[in-house]
Amino acid sequence: MNFITIDKNDWAAGIDQLKKTYLVFGPVQDENGCQIKPLAPDVQPEMGAPATVMSPKSVLFPQTEKILTATLDESSKDHHIMKPVDKNDTPRAVLGIRPYDAKAVQLVKLNFDNPDYKDPYWCDAYDITTFVGVGVNRPGPCDFSTSAGCGPFSEQGLDVLMADLDDRYLAKVLTPKGEAWAAACGFDTPADTAESQTLFDILQKEAEKQINTAISTDNLAQKTILDLYEAPFWDDVAFSCINCGTCTFVCPTCWCFDIQDETKHQTAVRFRNWDSCMSPLFTHHASGHNPRESKIHRVRQRFMHKLKYFLDKYDQGIMCVGCGRCVASCPVNIDIREVCNLMNDYQKDK
Amino acid sequence: MDTCIEKIRAIGADLLAKGEVEIIIGFSDGSIPMAARPVAVSSRDDMEKLVFNSTCGLNLANYVSKNSLSGKGAKIAVVAKGCDARNLVTHMVENQISRDQIYIIGVPCTGMVDKRKIASMFEDEITKFAEEGDTLIIESALKKLTVKKTDVLRHNCQVCTHPNPPVFDVMAAEPVAEQTLDQPFADVDNIAAMDPEARWAYFQELTQNCIRCYACRNACPLCYCPTCFVDESSPQWVGKGQNQTDVTTFHFLRAFHCAGRCTDCGACVEACPMGINVREFTRKLNKDALELFGWEAGLDLEKRPPLDVYSPDDPNDFIK
Repeated sequence: MNFITIDKNDWAAGIDQLKKTYLVFGPVQDENGCQIKPLAPDVQPEMGAPATVMSPKSVLFPQTEKILTATLDESSKDHHIMKPVDKNDTPRAVLGIRPYDAKAVQLVKLNFDNPDYKDPYWCDAYDITTFVGVGVNRPGPCDFSTSAGCGPFSEQGLDVLMADLDDRYLAKVLTPKGEAWAAACGFDTPADTAESQTLFDILQKEAEKQINTAISTDNLAQKTILDLYEAPFWDDVAFSCINCGTCTFVCPTCWCFDIQDETKHQTAVRFRNWDSCMSPLFTHHASGHNPRESKIHRVRQRFMHKLKYFLDKYDQGIMCVGCGRCVASCPVNIDIREVCNLMNDYQKDK
Repeated sequence: MDTCIEKIRAIGADLLAKGEVEIIIGFSDGSIPMAARPVAVSSRDDMEKLVFNSTCGLNLANYVSKNSLSGKGAKIAVVAKGCDARNLVTHMVENQISRDQIYIIGVPCTGMVDKRKIASMFEDEITKFAEEGDTLIIESALKKLTVKKTDVLRHNCQVCTHPNPPVFDVMAAEPVAEQTLDQPFADVDNIAAMDPEARWAYFQELTQNCIRCYACRNACPLCYCPTCFVDESSPQWVGKGQNQTDVTTFHFLRAFHCAGRCTDCGACVEACPMGINVREFTRKLNKDALELFGWEAGLDLEKRPPLDVYSPDDPNDFIK
């Protein structure tokens, strides 16, 4: 682990150089604020951008991903046989993400890359991707990352953590991928380790002080699933919900997907698309039965998965990094912080 | 606009005390600045939760047709600004609810604020939002702004000609003045003036950020179909992915389903997490409904909507 210092005057040239060998993603300004997108050749990442509406999960897990294809032309001897699609295996670098988004990738990894299942599409993308985060000097009012297992300067899942020091970045290189990224940019001015770490510690403390909202999760593990499932507060929690998929789509840790086959002329394509437990179709059985037929069932499922089932299954904390995107984007202001605290405080016989 | 809240709470408490309604659907304060949360109040003690201000931009008629209570014949009171009331009328005209099931607490509306426009005035996130009369005081960590509410109204509120509920059981305040506009559809006219290629490109660009969360559909009181066409799986009418044709198909069809029914309440735009002005689609239909049929939705319980009525003296030649 070493520190390098990057003069902001040298940043753009470094990123241009990086683009020669990497596919570079970063925050890009559009009509809807900033989004993490692949950078066009003449575009620089907006490093000081406010939190993006969408998380960077799409870099590894695109909303629509072509996974297999087949020809329907029966004169071809391999007709109707699904084959892998060509992949772009150019290394990817994601710049300017917030530390909680890198932590989120580690949570998603538990699902896509574990001893039982290895999702080839996600794993291949993960293997070639480098995450370069920037510490959050001014966390917003929706940020509760410090009580969700990370924080504004968390290093979990990052290859490089940078601190924005106005005229320069101080970068803490955390992994070999991070070293390769710095070399590809030509950033090689070393900074004193002890001094740099002290600076990081100060910035981290300053940032954490500004986060004045927290969730409590300490009781969740010992609650029984059925007690929480049958708790009386779900009707109230779900009342305002309009059952759109916003919370699940903006969430950096929501990983559910749906597989769809489409044909056009003589070509068949198998896609996977993000799916959402907020949608009735998500659990609609072929028989016509729907085990989660009302919105209360679906709202409860989302929170139970994030805050209880996940925790019980993996023992890695909750499936939430405290980014606050769902809080900020929910059209009816359903706030996961309130729901988490309701669940954590719930006593069956109260 | 918060001045009428005491009256709303008093009316609500009275209705509950007399047993005239089981619940009152209104807005409560949200957990973050500029957020308002729809809420159902069923006890006097909870009446204090009710608020009404310039951030209450969703349409509460949405909670009536989709509320499990509405099927049980329970009587529901709704805090309704002009557009909410017009959508309640539309529900009644479309036989989704009956007039005697709903108690309309009418609120004269001075408009809702454009939260995106306000957010764009700041480089960082907004930490405080307060409203005093026509003045908004908004703060972030970096700055504090005082702006006139009329400068940051949502577009649908700028062009609104029915801020007072046309149908109500009680009003929470005196009606506000209603404007008439010389050119109510200047925005539609601008798009109509484009050549077809430019217009097509305009709409493709408009929806390029769509994530198909369907918040626009679900925030809309008109969208009460038990199963939406995009959620049909057998047959599946439209592709599920981010293919532009499928995205466009959803938006076009959603808009057409609102023809002659849309009150331009703006809930769809308010709900969209991606800042897409989906009203661009429905506005043209509202213009057509007005110009071809002299129709504005939700104003009259007795009149049938233009698309479900035939008249032998229809002025249009194509129908004869």
